[in-house]
Amino acid sequence: MKTLALASRNTKEILRDPLNLFFGLGFPLVLLLLLSAIQANIPVALFEIQHLSPGIAVFGLSFMTLFSATLISKDRGSALLQRLYTTPLTPLDFILAYALPLLPLSLLQSAACYLVALLLGLDLTVNILLAIVCILPVSLLFVALGLLFGSILTDKQVGGICGALLTNLSAWLSGIWFDLELVGGVFQKIAYALPFVHAVELERAAILGDLAALSVHLWWVLGYAIAALFAAVLLFLRQMKRQ
Amino acid sequence: MTAIEIKNLTKRYGDAVAVDGLSLTIKKGELFSLLGVNGAGKTTTIKMLTCLSAPTEGDALLLGKSICEEPAAVKSLIAVSPQETAVAPGLSVRENLALICGVHGLKGEEKNAKIKVLAAQLGLDGILDRRAGKLSGGWQRRLSIAMALISDPQILFLDEPTLGLDVLARSELWDIIKALKGRVTVILTTHYMEEAEALSDRIAILRDGRLLCCDSAENIKKRAGTDRFEEAFVRIVKGGEQ
Repeated sequence: MKTLALASRNTKEILRDPLNLFFGLGFPLVLLLLLSAIQANIPVALFEIQHLSPGIAVFGLSFMTLFSATLISKDRGSALLQRLYTTPLTPLDFILAYALPLLPLSLLQSAACYLVALLLGLDLTVNILLAIVCILPVSLLFVALGLLFGSILTDKQVGGICGALLTNLSAWLSGIWFDLELVGGVFQKIAYALPFVHAVELERAAILGDLAALSVHLWWVLGYAIAALFAAVLLFLRQMKRQ
Repeated sequence: MTAIEIKNLTKRYGDAVAVDGLSLTIKKGELFSLLGVNGAGKTTTIKMLTCLSAPTEGDALLLGKSICEEPAAVKSLIAVSPQETAVAPGLSVRENLALICGVHGLKGEEKNAKIKVLAAQLGLDGILDRRAGKLSGGWQRRLSIAMALISDPQILFLDEPTLGLDVLARSELWDIIKALKGRVTVILTTHYMEEAEALSDRIAILRDGRLLCCDSAENIKKRAGTDRFEEAFVRIVKGGEQ
């Protein structure tokens, strides 16, 4: 009940910001439509819809990090969190209330992405449902990163780190926009040591129904998600103590 | 009856001492002000008393509950209206009140009744459906106090409640704070002399984290040998009367 009260407020704050709606839902869909239009005129294997849509579904989640980090850092700045720390809410209530609302939003976002992809020619198979389910560990990773950055950065810093740096990192190192093998070398090794490309390949494997490839990438994503969540909880508790 | 007993409360940040061996007793139902210039230790004292910050030394008992040993019990007795307005800007006034009802476990009719009573008490009836972030500073402060009163606290901490408000908004907020007198023990921090003098039963003057004096405004003026409270404050803080 207590957790739900705060979680419901967090959902309202996120959904009532038109910029959040644009970047969270509109922007990934615009990219999907735009790149599909380019693909129709200049065919590139990377931008074929079964390749492109999993990448866009993952890229859209980087905005979830921005939303959760912005909300937490603003609540710290406005002393709303300070007020709530003097109520019976426990540390677990806070963490759940900031993380939970973004998971259904992530599912909705990926469902919308695949729905548009279906209209653009993606084959209607049960694998789409598998891909939407597989978005959960990926969204956990991005939400945990939001909790982490929101606990240590001001809202202005969040704009720079999550809004610019993280979205670029997750784009460049994910193999969505170009084949990482074309760059190769250290760049490719760094990309495969980070979770973003594994998240995209997890979704691509799900769309293809390739369960063997899916499980390999799932472990990478889950490993990073759990590590990020653990670090996020520690940093959130640290800032709570500092208040 | 004693509401708060502060015993040698001290807070150090490295070598800096924010609050230095503060000892005080505050009576139940009293409106008690902590007065001092910036950096005097007012907000740090409030943070320790509300269990937001652990003391380096000493302890305080709030209605018999220790801030060091029983923070959960203390939190169930108190409420805070922080220096910043601390409202959820994207929510309406009603939703802000409902949020605090929710975190205190109030729901259904009980929640609606509480919102109705507090909205009437603080004059928020006409703006219940307006977004909090669009309200003026004075209305946000009213909402902040209403949010603090939802849990029916026995002790209410108001940290600089009129900071940045115009004369009219401040006067209206004073009336609200005066109306709480006797029902709730109110601890108020301020650096407005006239505010402390107009509202308080007793005033503690702090400087550099240390208590310089603690008495009624009248007695403080007598001790400083002046009719003007602001002058008495300046004399005491400058060390002319101790």
